[in-house]
Amino acid sequence: MSNLFILSSLTTPGIGLIFWTTVVFLLLIVLLGKYAWKPILGAIKTREEGIEKALASAQSALNDMRELKSNNEKILADARAERDTLLKEARESKDAILAEAKTKATKETERILAAAREQIISEKNAAIADLKNQVATLSIDIAEKILKSELSNADKQKTLVSTLMKDVNLN
Amino acid sequence: MSSNINPRKKFTRICFLILALFFLISPRLSANDPDNNETVKTDSAAADHEKVNITKVAFEHILDSHYWHFWGEGHGTVALPLPCIIYSNTKGLQFFSSGVFNHGHDSFGDYSLVEEEIISIDPSEKVYDFSLTKNVMQLFLTAIILFLLFTSIAKAYKKTGVTSAPKGKQSFFEPLITFVRDDIAKTNIGEKSDRFVPYLLTIFFLILINNVLGMLPIGANLTGNIAFTFVLSVITLIVTNVNGNKHYWAHIFAPPVPKALYIMMIPLEIVGIFTKPFALMIRLFANMTAGHIIVISLIGLIFVFDTLWISPISVAFTLFIDVLECLVALLQAYIFTLLTSLFIGSAVADHNEDGVHNADDDKVAAKH
Repeated sequence: MSNLFILSSLTTPGIGLIFWTTVVFLLLIVLLGKYAWKPILGAIKTREEGIEKALASAQSALNDMRELKSNNEKILADARAERDTLLKEARESKDAILAEAKTKATKETERILAAAREQIISEKNAAIADLKNQVATLSIDIAEKILKSELSNADKQKTLVSTLMKDVNLN
Repeated sequence: MSSNINPRKKFTRICFLILALFFLISPRLSANDPDNNETVKTDSAAADHEKVNITKVAFEHILDSHYWHFWGEGHGTVALPLPCIIYSNTKGLQFFSSGVFNHGHDSFGDYSLVEEEIISIDPSEKVYDFSLTKNVMQLFLTAIILFLLFTSIAKAYKKTGVTSAPKGKQSFFEPLITFVRDDIAKTNIGEKSDRFVPYLLTIFFLILINNVLGMLPIGANLTGNIAFTFVLSVITLIVTNVNGNKHYWAHIFAPPVPKALYIMMIPLEIVGIFTKPFALMIRLFANMTAGHIIVISLIGLIFVFDTLWISPISVAFTLFIDVLECLVALLQAYIFTLLTSLFIGSAVADHNEDGVHNADDDKVAAKH
């Protein structure tokens, strides 16, 4: 009997507890919702968003860095290529200048040589001419002297005349 | 598949955390303190051959009470009388302490306390009992604990900001909160889940703390009381149906079946609205009550066999059941919250899958 009574009271909801549970539970939903869940969930969400944002920005920073690195490499390669071209050009222009200078020098040398040669020839001719003149003068002088000595006395004049006479065959 | 494993893993981890906490705060788990005292008493009073009514003892532990009983029996009883608030159709509201009944031995005016029920001598007087019973007191206590606990956690977030890692109770409860939010609410309700997360969190923690307190020797069996689970499931019923969208109601009043079956299907669907929360109510109530009955029955073996030699078996099995009950305490809080979110989810879902379902049904109907 008593057991049956207890069983029925186990499965029959009591009005008092229903009332108090409703009041307390609804109050708890409202109060916890306002003063606990809202700030807690908000804070958790903010933190999660912050973490997400930080991760995204880290990723983008990594990407930026990679890009920067590849850019740097490109710039470096460009600079290297530029340097190579510059060096090559410089070498070429040096060669050209050298070659030109060499040709110019050769030409100048040749010109100078030619001029020298010409001058030598003309000097030589002048010298020869002068020598000839001097020889002529000398020989005239000698001849004069000889003539003078030959014709210094009458005998000799006579001999000479005779010799000359002898040579001159009166035809 | 993998997405299923993760929450389960998380859940297991949380279970272990709770279990560990239990062992820290109460190495002795069950309500066998008063019972052991009883044992001694019974042995000394064995000459009286007074048979202990185990059923009565068991249900005294399970049912609500107008006293908060701590320990002892008979004249050695240490119990706190609780305030009685009754409303009668003839005398209106009345307040008094349950101490006036002297554990049912005395009567107070027209009223007496029989089997924890306040009844009047006058048969025409109907008494509605709104007393602050043991269960109500525990409800108040847990509500205050929850409020203080979670507002202090909220304050911790405000104080330390969101950039620092959580500390102390904040870091203990944050995984539970995110578990409810992500693995219970979001997976079952979908993108509209944010609105229901506070409700689900309140349910989860209120049930959890009361399940846990119910296992302590002097705790009240609030979650094993059908009135408590009744209110919770009624509120779930209201929340579900108030938020029901047109797909939800269409599924009830225009189910995807041939029109001839409507006469059968519509009543079934309407009954279905109520059976879901009804099952919710029974599940929590039955699970918690059953757990307590098993524990008390195992202790009761000592009295049934009337020998102390059975006590090692009683203690061993009680320990086993208590450890199991630790798991059940968490599991039932989880299941209640999970099913609530499942019901809400079915009411607010945009029913893409239902559209497919309808099309399939139409095809099947066309074939026949």
